Amino acid sequence: MCLAVPARIISLNETTGMAVVDLAGVQKEVSTVLVDDVQNGDYVLIHVGFALHKLSEEEAMSTLALFDELETMNNSEDSA
Amino acid sequence: MKYVDEFRDGGLARKLAKAIAAEVRQDRQYRLMEFCGGHTHAIFRFGIVDMMPANVSFVHGPGCPVCVLPKGRIDNAISLVQQHDVILCTYADLIRVPASEQMSLMKAKANGGDIRMVYSTQDALNIARANPDRQVVFFAIGFETTTPPTAVAIQQAKLEGLNNFSVFCNHVLTPPAMRTILQADGAESARIDGILGPSHVSTIIGSRAYAFCATDFATPLVIAGFEPLDVMQSALMLIRQINSGTSEIENEYTRVVTLEGNIKAQALMAEVFELRPTFEWRGLGMMPDSALRIRDSYAELDAEKRFDMPPIASSDVKGCLCPAILRGLSNPTDCKLFGTVCTPENPMGACMVSSEGACAAYWSYGRFRQPSKQETTA
Repeated sequence: MCLAVPARIISLNETTGMAVVDLAGVQKEVSTVLVDDVQNGDYVLIHVGFALHKLSEEEAMSTLALFDELETMNNSEDSA
Repeated sequence: MKYVDEFRDGGLARKLAKAIAAEVRQDRQYRLMEFCGGHTHAIFRFGIVDMMPANVSFVHGPGCPVCVLPKGRIDNAISLVQQHDVILCTYADLIRVPASEQMSLMKAKANGGDIRMVYSTQDALNIARANPDRQVVFFAIGFETTTPPTAVAIQQAKLEGLNNFSVFCNHVLTPPAMRTILQADGAESARIDGILGPSHVSTIIGSRAYAFCATDFATPLVIAGFEPLDVMQSALMLIRQINSGTSEIENEYTRVVTLEGNIKAQALMAEVFELRPTFEWRGLGMMPDSALRIRDSYAELDAEKRFDMPPIASSDVKGCLCPAILRGLSNPTDCKLFGTVCTPENPMGACMVSSEGACAAYWSYGRFRQPSKQETTA
């Protein structure tokens, strides 16, 4: 029930807050009234037809960077 | 898919498993509770449970709204259809959940009841707009993630004067359930060393909502995303905290969870809903301040006020371990009904129906795992 998916906004009606999002080729109309400052091209987390949050590219990259560090750590252990 | 595929990389998962194996101490057990059913399914679906060292175990929590909803509330919804002839709109998760006397919403629909599955509260509003001569009730369930969309629909209906629309509110709250599990003692204690915190509930309520886990119960909590690498990284962070004896609230899922959460959604929920003095949860019993009801200022949109809906007491099927599983005290495989009389085709308890239920996870991804593990031990 709490599952939500990241999707990209491809068009936004700023008056109604309704947006069309693209999720791996599937397009769906969702409401953006629960989030501020969204625009075309933003990735948002979609749950039961509503955008709940804007995804932070920067934060996603830093989480992935954590895994990279791990890879380096594992590699150095492997070679030791 | 961006933000999904990169968090499912198998090679990285194996590296994480290696890091976890290097981190765990052999002289102790690690019992990690994943509160959310979404995490339970990720753990089984992606085989994470098999990548963990033997002394790290996952304890499944009550974070499955369908599972914790007492049968009586579904009986109430069925009676709305049968006695008041309403159009009942519901999320698909609820449709096959067993109600009393071997009923379910699906059977009530087969008997002629006008029950419609919707994807969104917006669909329920559209059904109300298209059927002005019928009463339309939205069967609202879910934790904090699902609550703001219900609040939006209630406000919209009020604004439009949509007189034939109302909401049967069953929204529940995460922190009180977590507190109940943490304060259980003796034989009732789930004996957990750390908590994998909810993903999208936290998007709404923020990481600060869990401070009590650390301050009142000295239990570390790491908010984890639903993708497999998120779950494994969070397990690693928990194990590190447990080893160092710290109990802090950490956030692994920083791409959508902040300290304060979604303030706009919180304000909207506070405007439309208030705390119920008490609410019954399957497995956890009556818990004070653990659920929401519609405020008096929106009373005309409250199905419980519009229709006569006396509370219906109900009991679970004899032998069903759902209640103990929801408290982290038993595993699905401890239940005599699991996989014998209780299967997804013929569910006895809600944990076998829901796509977030622990029994459904074991059945779908883990039912062949248990015997092979026993063989290995033997």
